[in-house]
Amino acid sequence: MTSQPITEQVVYQRPEALSDVNTHYCPGCTHGVAHRLVAEVIDEMNLRDKAIGVAPVGCSVFMYNYMDFDFVVAAHGRAPAMATGIKRCLPDRFVLTYQGDGDLASIGMAEIVHAATRGENISVIFINNSNYGMTGGQMAPTTLPGQKTTSSPLGRDVEQQGFPIRVSEMLAKLDGASYIVRRSLHDPKNIRQAKKAIRTAFETQVRGLGFSMVELLSICPTNWNLTPVDSMTWLEDHMIPYYPVGDYKVHPAVAEMKI
Amino acid sequence: MNTNQNRIVAISGNKSAAMGAALSRPDLIAAYPITPQSSVVESLAQMIAQGDLNSTMIQVESEHSAMSVVQGAAVAGGRTFTATSAQGLALMYEPYFRMSTLRLPMVMAIATREMTSPETVWSGQQDAVSVRDAGWIQVYVENNQEILDMIIQGYKIAEHPDVLLPVNVCYDGFYLSHLTERVEIPHQPAVDDFLGVYHADHVSLDPDTPMAVDPLTSGEILWRYRKGHLDAMQKALQVIEQTDDAFEQVFGRRYGGVIDTYKMDDADFVIVTMGATTGTAREAVDVARSLGMKIGLLKVRFLRPFPDKKIREILSGKQGFVVIDKNVCFGWNTGVLYMEIKAAISELGHPISSMPAIGGLGGADISVDQLVTCIQVLVKQGSQQPGQLDTYWFQ
Ligand SMILES: Cc1ncc(C[n+]2csc(CCOP(=O)(O)OP(=O)(O)O)c2C)c(N)n1
Repeated sequence: MTSQPITEQVVYQRPEALSDVNTHYCPGCTHGVAHRLVAEVIDEMNLRDKAIGVAPVGCSVFMYNYMDFDFVVAAHGRAPAMATGIKRCLPDRFVLTYQGDGDLASIGMAEIVHAATRGENISVIFINNSNYGMTGGQMAPTTLPGQKTTSSPLGRDVEQQGFPIRVSEMLAKLDGASYIVRRSLHDPKNIRQAKKAIRTAFETQVRGLGFSMVELLSICPTNWNLTPVDSMTWLEDHMIPYYPVGDYKVHPAVAEMKI
Repeated sequence: MNTNQNRIVAISGNKSAAMGAALSRPDLIAAYPITPQSSVVESLAQMIAQGDLNSTMIQVESEHSAMSVVQGAAVAGGRTFTATSAQGLALMYEPYFRMSTLRLPMVMAIATREMTSPETVWSGQQDAVSVRDAGWIQVYVENNQEILDMIIQGYKIAEHPDVLLPVNVCYDGFYLSHLTERVEIPHQPAVDDFLGVYHADHVSLDPDTPMAVDPLTSGEILWRYRKGHLDAMQKALQVIEQTDDAFEQVFGRRYGGVIDTYKMDDADFVIVTMGATTGTAREAVDVARSLGMKIGLLKVRFLRPFPDKKIREILSGKQGFVVIDKNVCFGWNTGVLYMEIKAAISELGHPISSMPAIGGLGGADISVDQLVTCIQVLVKQGSQQPGQLDTYWFQ
């Protein structure tokens, strides 16, 4: 009998840009998924030697532990300002910020608006998990009407606390912004679409086309008091109707890239 | 009076701060979450949601906005409350300075925390001591009961017509904010009686008596504002003592006013503390005395106004002292409290040895043993020479 030669084909492995360390994120948290997507695109575009990340204050303040390239932490909400300074001094480097919705849409709303309106040539990954994760699940500007949090125990009351902010739609109105889209991380199909958007955002910067941001709808099982699986369903049922996935601003030059 | 109607509970420092604030019935609360303060505001949100507290709560987008919202409410005549820590306090600085210089009374809790960088979230006193010259009254407390009591006393002091200044109640992050202790909750009517209703007479937004609050002011006039502010700070020293007395009458607890002491009478040497380390230092004094060292404890409660006279009285006739600082004073090779005390004893009239000690930075623990060792170093070196000894670092 002649034996068949066994052939191996690698179909999945850790991206080089992703450090081989244990995660500190809670079980089911989609920060891990978002980190992996960023690392995959960094690898595919060969950006690891040029990349500089600006971490927010929030659960992902520890992003420097996971990304195998230079990282710096900004004051809460100020990542787009810090990224502006870095990029203007080192225009050949690839500069990204990664920010939660407390960091970007609450305390840092001024910085993100002004970085976008100046058309800073940086890329922003915006994690919308509808609450402040790190400090224990308080109400964020993205918390949905009626959503219970530790600081809105009866649910967000829009009469008292106002309405959630749709950041992508808002920034898309600014002439300076080049690429603003929203994607979701609740299932494989959406995750693949999210990756493509991250690729487009990073290409936008590499080709000097200006400000790009990808908003990623994310889950926070610990603070939502739901299992990871139920959290995915909750995202799909509650977040997507309020925060539709879609392209909010695609500059013609970006559209021409055809990623 | 009402003390037998008090409830006794086991609660964290943050819960104690929230209950102290709630008992003082603020008209408006505005805050932004930050570790280790966050559960103060969560507790208040819970009380409002349950209908136990009738205050307006604004969940703002940053601490800068929190202080600005309470400033608006205070100008409108309201009693207000907020709480923060470290970076939050730093971001607040602009409206924070204006709050005191506009002479608007309020109480703000600070769950004290080390300042970034390096990135940190743990305990320390660097945040609160760094704003000691922004015109606020600052009290540093030792336990959870003192947090609650000083928030209530804080409003009484702040709103006193001779004072009209905002008050920080500072308590060590994690060591108190997250520690559960026995706390007596005073009876609400007794607190209502004690505090009375706040009327802002010095600022008002009333069409019958129009007033432009905070117009552009030149140097010929501005100095008067500063002088008035300094005078109010000095008057506060008196008001603090009176308030402590009045508080004892109603609630049966007193804290000694601007300072407190322990086993001081026959002491040759003194350990000086501020905040939660005081509890550990009481133990250390007992241990050191059992080893034959004649040591006493001076607890500095108020950093602003600084009780220099009282401190001079206590240190007069002593051989030496050590100051435990959970912060550093950039520019001096010491902590902040050490420099304050050094200034206070410049008129002591006799030589004294003094040792600056720095520890507890970034949440590092200071144990009884470590304090005893530090006291031993003080007694040994201080017996040999007067003057400033080398800075002692808890490692
Ligand atoms: C000036 C300042 N205020 C408050 C904080 C406390 N803080 C740390 S993380 C955070 C919220 C982060 O929430 P988000 O941006 O939604 O990120 P997530 O943790 O959910 O990933 C807050 C309020 C801080 N570090 N600095």
